[in-house]
This record gives sequence, C-alpha cells and structure tokens, in this order.
Amino acid sequence: MMSNLRFISAGFGGQGVLFIGKVAANAAMLDNMHVAWLPSYGPEMRGGTANCSVCISEKPINSPIVPHPDVLIALNNPSLEKFSGSVKTNGIIICDKDIVTLTSGRNDVQEIGAYATETAEKNGVKGLANMIILGMLYAKTKFCSENSLFEAIKICTPKRKAEMLELNYKAVKFGMNLV
Amino acid sequence: METVYKRPKALTDVPFHFCAGCSHGIVHKVIAEVLDELGVEGKTVGVAPVGCAVMDYDYFGCDMIEAPHGRAPAVATGLKRAMPDNVIFTYQGDGDLAAIGTCETVHAATRGENITIIFINNTIYGMTGGQMAPTSLPGQVTQTSPYGRDTEIAGFPIKVCEMLSTLDGVALAQRVACDSVKGVREMKKAIKKGFQYQIEKKGFSIIEVLASCPTNWGVTPERSLELITEKMVPYYPLGVYKDKGAEK
Amino acid sequence: MSEKMLLKGNEALARAAIKAGCKYFFGYPITPQTEIGAYMSRELPKINGTFIQAESEIAACNMLFGCAATGKRAMTASSSPGISLKTECISYMAACDIPAVIVNVQRGGPGLGSIQPSQSDYWQATRAAGHGDFHLIVLAPSTVQEMADFTQLAFDLSDKYRTPAMILADGLIGQMMEVAEIKEPTTVPPEKPWAVTGHNFKRKHNIINSLILDAQKLEDLNIERFKKYDIIKKNEQRSESYLADDADIVLVAFGASARMSKEAVDMARANGIKVGLIKPITLFPYPENAIKKAAETAKCFLTVEMNMGQMVDDVRLAVNGKCPVDFYGRTGGVIPTPDEIFEAIKRTVAKEMK
Repeated sequence: MMSNLRFISAGFGGQGVLFIGKVAANAAMLDNMHVAWLPSYGPEMRGGTANCSVCISEKPINSPIVPHPDVLIALNNPSLEKFSGSVKTNGIIICDKDIVTLTSGRNDVQEIGAYATETAEKNGVKGLANMIILGMLYAKTKFCSENSLFEAIKICTPKRKAEMLELNYKAVKFGMNLV
Repeated sequence: METVYKRPKALTDVPFHFCAGCSHGIVHKVIAEVLDELGVEGKTVGVAPVGCAVMDYDYFGCDMIEAPHGRAPAVATGLKRAMPDNVIFTYQGDGDLAAIGTCETVHAATRGENITIIFINNTIYGMTGGQMAPTSLPGQVTQTSPYGRDTEIAGFPIKVCEMLSTLDGVALAQRVACDSVKGVREMKKAIKKGFQYQIEKKGFSIIEVLASCPTNWGVTPERSLELITEKMVPYYPLGVYKDKGAEK
Repeated sequence: MSEKMLLKGNEALARAAIKAGCKYFFGYPITPQTEIGAYMSRELPKINGTFIQAESEIAACNMLFGCAATGKRAMTASSSPGISLKTECISYMAACDIPAVIVNVQRGGPGLGSIQPSQSDYWQATRAAGHGDFHLIVLAPSTVQEMADFTQLAFDLSDKYRTPAMILADGLIGQMMEVAEIKEPTTVPPEKPWAVTGHNFKRKHNIINSLILDAQKLEDLNIERFKKYDIIKKNEQRSESYLADDADIVLVAFGASARMSKEAVDMARANGIKVGLIKPITLFPYPENAIKKAAETAKCFLTVEMNMGQMVDDVRLAVNGKCPVDFYGRTGGVIPTPDEIFEAIKRTVAKEMK
C-alpha cells in the first residue's frame, strides 16, 4: 500500500473533481491516515476550472497546499496546462482523453489516459467519468485499502442519491481495470 | 379621598427628561397603560432607540434593552426569536426608524416579525438639536434645511405606514395623531390593538404617532399641537393602512 | 457519542456550536464562510432553534445582540467586509457585557479585497472591533479540529467573563477538510440573572444599556471592565509551543500561517538550524508570557502572518527589545509556503545571528 500521497484533482466545475478528492480523503481516513482536502474556491468554481488538493500521510499534515503533486488528475486542457509542470519527477498524470487533447510534454512523468467519458457512456455509468478516473488513481497508487475505498464511496454518496451508489462502485471498478 | 388618576404601574417613578409640550411623555404613559391593561409588563421587553427616547429604559418598568441607532427591529427580532411567548416592543423616532434603520424596519416587517413598533414621527431630529428628518415636511425649516426642505435637493418625506402596508408580513399599520384628547384616545386604541395582535401572534404591528417637538419647531407647546393638525395630518393622513384582523 | 469525521472547517465550527448549546444563528451570505449558515439553516430547525438570514451583517449582529441579551447561546458568522459592518454592534455588546460568539473567516482586504485566505483582520479583532475602549476574547484555530474545539471554548469563555468572543479563522481553515471530532461539552453555562427575559414581577427590571452620560460613571465602568480584562489576561493566555525550548530562532504564527510555519520549522531543523514555533491560540489575551519566556533564551524572533505585519506588534511588545523581531508575510489572499518561510528563516539567520 502506498502510504503517502499528495495529488491535485482539477477540471471544469461539474465534472466531479472535488468529489474524487473527497472520496480519496475519506478512504484514507478510514485507514487511519492523516488527510487534508483543500478546494479551490471562488468565481472559478462556477463553470471555470475547479480543483482540490489532497494530502494523505502517516504524519500529521501541516501545509494542505500541494505545490508539487505526486499525481495530477486533469480533466480538461486548462488544468493540464496549469498544473502539469508542477508534477514531481516520476509522478503521474491521469487524463480523461475525451476532453484533454493536449499532452504535458514532459518525459519525466508517467502520463496515462483513458477515454473515460465515452467509457462511462458505453457502460451504463454515464456522467461518472470522474469515478472511472478515481478507479485509475486507486489502481496506480493503492493509496488506501480496497474496502476503505468502497466504504468511502458509500459515505460520500448522498442519501438522497442512493441509486448512485451501485453505479459509482461500477464506475470505479471499470477504472481499476483500465490500468 | 378617591384616587381618580395615578401613574400606570408599568411606568417607573423616574421623572421624564422630555421638554415641556413634547409628545413622548404622553405616548410613554399610554404604552404603560396598555401594558397594565393587558397584564403583560412582567413578560415584556422593550427596545429603546437612539434619539430623545433613548432613556426609555429608565421609564418603563419592564425589562429594557437599548439598541444601536436604527437597529431596534433587529434587536427585537433576536429577543422575540429567543422568547416567542414574551411581548417585545420597540419605541423609535423618525430618524432612527425611517433613516438609519429603514432596512431593519422594512425587513422585520416583511418577515412578519411578531413585534410591535411604536413609531414617533415628529418630523425632526430632536436630541441632536433639530436637524432635518426623513419625515420633515417639504419646506420645513430645520437646522440642516435652513431654507426649508427643498425636495429638489433633499427629496420627499417617507410615508412609513403607506410603504409598510404593501408588505404581506404586516398585521397592523396605523397612523394616529397625538394632537388632542380624541387623538390620544385613538392612539391608545391603536397601540393596544398592536400589542394584542402580537399576543395573538398575528405578526408585525406598527403604530405611527404624529407627534410634536415644540422645542425644535420653535413654537409653544399649544401651537405645536395645532401644527400637527394643520401641517402634518394633511401630508400624513391618519387611518388604518393595513389590518389583518379586519381582513376576512 | 462523538465520532471522527472528515469535515470542512466551517462545518466543524457549526457542528461544535450546536453541540455547545447554540440554538440561534443570524447571518448573511459571504464567501468563504457560507457553509456555516448553510449548515445552521439545515440543522437548527430540527432542534427547535432559529436560523435567520438577515437583511445585512448589521442586522444579523443586532439580532445576535437581542438574542444573547435573553441569556441564550447564539452566534453570527461572516468574513472580513461583513465583520466591518458588525463592529458597531460588537462595540455595543462589549459595552453591555453580553456574551456572544462572532466568527470571522477572514479573506483578503482591504475593501472588497479577495476571497482567498487572509489574516489581515488581526488589528481589527484585537484592537478595534468597533469604537470605544474594549476588547473581545479572540481565538485563532489552525486546524479543523480547533475550529470545533475553540468554538466550544469561545462560548464557555464568553459566558464566564460576560464578554463577546471572536473566532478569528481564515478561508484556508474554513474551506479545508480534515478529520475532526465534535466533542461533548464538559461545562454547563452559568446562570444569567442579568438577562432581559421579563421580570414577572419577581425582581427589579433589568436594563441592558451602554449609554452612560455621566463621564465619571462611564470612566468607572470602563476601568471596571478593564479589571476584568486583566483577569482574562492572567487566566486565559493560551499558546502552543513546538521545538521552541532550545530554539535560536522562534517563529510566531497563528492560524493557517502556523501550519505553514510548522512545516518550515521541520525543514530548518533538518538543515541544522535550531528553529521553534510559538502558535498563539488566544490573540486576546495575547500569550505574552510564552513569548517573554522564549525571549529569555532565543536569539531572535520571526513572525509569520498572512498580512503586512500586524501581530508582529504584539510580539515586539512582549519581547520588549530583548532581541530582534523580524517579519515575513504574504497578503491579499496569498498563502506563504513552507519553502518561502524557510527562506525567510535563512535570511533572518544571516541578518540577526552573524
């Protein structure tokens, strides 16, 4: 299990980039890790670019800001452009290739992509590209136990959207198998 | 000897500081009589304004709190929400209620805040020495409208009861005049109705009292009462502007 | 039973307030504190409490004034520009010795400023949260857990000393999520015989008032209130010390900048520089005893803030010339990074410890 992870999840508002971070933070919490989740907030949340920084650590977290992420999840071009340069050497960039048409141009990071939007649509989990990406993040980094990941999805899925729970599970599993 | 007149119980034995001929004393006495008659002094909290009536808290026998200028309806809101079964009233002048506190007044009214506001309209800032009020009449000479209120510059007086009567939260909006024995009797009826409506949880009640300020108007007490009748009543017509109890 | 949850700072604060017995909340929307009002509007009706979205920050604070005057635990929250509007009423509440809790989740200023995290209302909170001679108790959380814990503490201290208390947080602590536990209260609010609740003919009427026309009387009252502040200063100074005992350089930072500074301390220690941190928890009363004690052995101080240098005044007052006090800050909503603070530490070493 990878114990320490700092990542940024970025994309358009509405793509569920904050939700990716929230589930990951909850999952790591269930594994008794220290976690911090910090959203970008402000006008850019409304239709523009949203992002959150997530820190998972065995030690207490002082700065919740992630200047150099181990992993960047980029769900649109502006996010890739904004953050790809800051990813650590040997870090990982995960993109939704249906939306991200650019590449980082870096050869010291691992850039993996999936046609997550299309995959979601074709497999009965339309709109859950973010959960596919989360599955990919999990498969690449194993930042938590699998049990905790699914438990965290349960915690984070609002009760009024209970029908989403199984679909979220399904989408995450898809993502896990894509890597 | 038979007692034919005495101080209402809800008034303390503290001499008023008001000028001779000022309406505040009468209105205070009437409010106290109403509190006595309704038997609610013990569960009443009054909110004092900033202005000539600021020292209300010494005169009313009920619990009292003195609010920042204009904020009495917001303070009353806090009191009422904490104690919905108590009786909460504010006593505010025209500057307090219709200038600096317009926002708090309108919003307490539109929320239907179950409080009673006694609004003293004497068309002038009394305590600070006679400046133009939001209700000063067109042409009225004050310290800050020395050439008479010019509506081109200072705009027009606010007609509070008319304005508030458009709001659904208002249960009672009535204007009375403290210019005669008859006027005082009408005032007492209106104030009592306001408090009753509050006790019956009907919503926001405001009683606007056209009042005198002989000192700052620069006239005798007697003349000041005539001025209410002659000058104020035509601009501020008396009557019931909103009465949820009468709507069927 | 309380459980550990992943919570936003703002929500942890709101949950803790309710747990502390606060059933009344009056607010007006402003970023970055909106989660507090949203949570209260959802939860207070369930416990027979009251949430009012007021017409203005001014009205919200006056509703708080009226509500707290009845003796009930009540709260308002805002962010910097909104706090400026509340200061009128805060002064009245201080003058009337009304316990109440005011939350400021600070954003960049002056003016409308930014909506990013800031600590530029330190002076306002500790020096001039309204007109006149008075203080608030001011608590500065630096973690989501502290957002919860200090809110409960704020209610307790506010009641105990009959004075308004402020939580001086910032957008970073308000918006971030961490694991926190909302603890069960361990104290019982005191009796409040001064409250205006209706006398029921069982006592003399209570008057809550701040108009004292007799100058001598007002002076006497103010002196009396400042004696209370002296007791607060004596009893309630709180701070946390991290590796400060043997430190040559002592950083002083509160709230979000304390988190960043702590990481910089670790970086400096790893590089062989003996650095420590004092994190004030109470900004009033200022933890001057802790600073004074550190000044006996430290070679210099470095204050780190998210403003142009405000708390540094209090550090200098406490250090009282014993050694140099440097300042590093970012402002406008910019957060100082641990790397930057480490660089500032190195500059201070070069300048003050030749």
